[in-house]
Amino acid sequence: MSRLDVAKTYKLYIGGKFPRSESGRTYQVTDGAGRFAANAAQASRKDARDAVVAARKAFPGWRSATAYNRGQVIYRIAEMLEGRRDQFTELVRAGNTSSTGQRAVAKAHREVDAAIDLLVHYAGWTDKVAAVFGGANPVAGPYFSFTTPEPTGVVGAAAPQQDALLGLVSVIAPIITSGNTAVVVASQDRPLPAVTLAEVLATSDLPGGVVNLLTGSAAEVMPHLAAHGDVNALDLTGVAGDQRAELERAAAGTVKRVFAPPPDVTFSADPGTARLRAFLEQKTVWHPTGALSLAGGGSY
Amino acid sequence: MTSAPVSQALPAQLAEATAGESALRRFLHGLPGVDPVGLESRAATLATRSIKKASKLAAIDLAISMVDLTTLEGADTPGKVRSLAAKARRPDPDYPDTPPVAAVCVYPDRVADAVAALGPAGVPGGGSIGIASVATAFPSGRAARAVKLADVRSALDAGATEIDMVIDRGAFLAGHYGTVFDEIVDVRRVCDAASTPDGNPVRLKVILEIGELGTYDNVRRASFLALLAGGDFIKTSTGKVSPAATLPVTHLMLQAVRDWYQLTGQRRAVKPAGGIRTTKDAIRYLVAVHEVAGPEWLDPYYFRFGASSLLGDLILQRRTQLEGHYSGPDYVTVD
Repeated sequence: MSRLDVAKTYKLYIGGKFPRSESGRTYQVTDGAGRFAANAAQASRKDARDAVVAARKAFPGWRSATAYNRGQVIYRIAEMLEGRRDQFTELVRAGNTSSTGQRAVAKAHREVDAAIDLLVHYAGWTDKVAAVFGGANPVAGPYFSFTTPEPTGVVGAAAPQQDALLGLVSVIAPIITSGNTAVVVASQDRPLPAVTLAEVLATSDLPGGVVNLLTGSAAEVMPHLAAHGDVNALDLTGVAGDQRAELERAAAGTVKRVFAPPPDVTFSADPGTARLRAFLEQKTVWHPTGALSLAGGGSY
Repeated sequence: MTSAPVSQALPAQLAEATAGESALRRFLHGLPGVDPVGLESRAATLATRSIKKASKLAAIDLAISMVDLTTLEGADTPGKVRSLAAKARRPDPDYPDTPPVAAVCVYPDRVADAVAALGPAGVPGGGSIGIASVATAFPSGRAARAVKLADVRSALDAGATEIDMVIDRGAFLAGHYGTVFDEIVDVRRVCDAASTPDGNPVRLKVILEIGELGTYDNVRRASFLALLAGGDFIKTSTGKVSPAATLPVTHLMLQAVRDWYQLTGQRRAVKPAGGIRTTKDAIRYLVAVHEVAGPEWLDPYYFRFGASSLLGDLILQRRTQLEGHYSGPDYVTVD
């Protein structure tokens, strides 16, 4: 007797839980060859709202976690991803347009490996952010002046439509490395690696709410994130050029940081630091050196 | 057992219930039992009702005007009470049309600070915001009767216009209903003897602390006990015990005041307190008030929310309705 496949119900990932869309909507996902692959949840405005609430709630804990701890957690994500390498390779391969043959498998393998390596890369960055982007400033007075980078807050992001896994990890990792929390809208046509990544995140010691993944239409959800008063920054990586102006205008209403990289980034290239820097706030503190003396002689 | 001072025109069966300890027990145990499954499912069904757009905005404004803005911490300072009073008077300074809250609720020794910040309640030129004070050895209520009454007097002397008393749950659970009844009656007398600046009687809220009563039947009995003894409000909880206010329990208490109205013609009030933090929750309570008690109870005089963080969320949601996009806690005062 042949066995029936157990088809998976794909859901959203909000606040460390896997809820269905509040709207009850789903949409059909097809593989690269156009065959039916799965039903995915189609996130609504209210799911985005719930995700922002979860991200805001998780922010104080995640920002004040030690850099060492954040690094460990991100490294743990890489470990868990490594353990499910074959599953991700299969999902990435099935989503790509030329999805058959040795070459397609090798290509998908490379993409998954690159995603894992990228996580390890950012795991190493957590305790270097302050040293590299902050510093002690030379000032003309008897003061110490320090600049320290701090996370911006809740970041609303659109993951790229292509590069379903590597692109997604490229967006998420730098946001959470410096202590921000994220609400990410996954690729609409290829959401399956994203939902499966959510399962990895849920089992990686990452506190619930630090990363929230929504599947569905970025065009529908992003305007609400852009106008939301409790979102501090936007990452428009996955938004097409002609739709960006509208989102940037909405974001200006609450003075958000907006990161809009060129639309044709190659995610397999050196990630650089632009994404890390995009979601940092520089805080500068002045402090008397103690060399000040009423007598002017510097006696203490 | 003493007789209740407000027993004027009580119908025969209710007047009879206050005749003595055993009559009271007979009456309370003769109340119909509560069907917990039915109660919870009705509460859950009503909670699914969707309130949108203009109705939602109206509901938010109504809910704001029903808030008893509360601070009951050991760490309450005069400054904290002053800032609470400022928020009570003008919840959202960016939108001055936001209604003020119904009352502030503080410990007895902080009443003077509230009066100083708000002015004597109800007086022309003073505030229209009530000054409520918890009393009777809140939250446990474990003190001698004389101490509890002195507590009430000190709050009234300082200028409180509403008293939130706790019932003696220990006596209630031990079955000494007469003790509980007498205590409420004594507090009622102290309240009636006090004079408020505007001449209106002091309103007495009786906290049942449903988290310690155990069963729905006990909640129904305690509600009727408090109503018989002359409580103006029946209030769910102190906020110090979990569970605090829940929708089914509030349903039950709304049924009690509705039945009381049908029996006596007197309209009494309900105050859920503790655990109501979001606008969504508050609107569910308003739906319950409308459906269980009736639209006449949709008034700050007959229904209140005991809450501290709820007001912040109500203001946020009000802004969301007015501005067309979600607002955030960065834009309202943090208490």
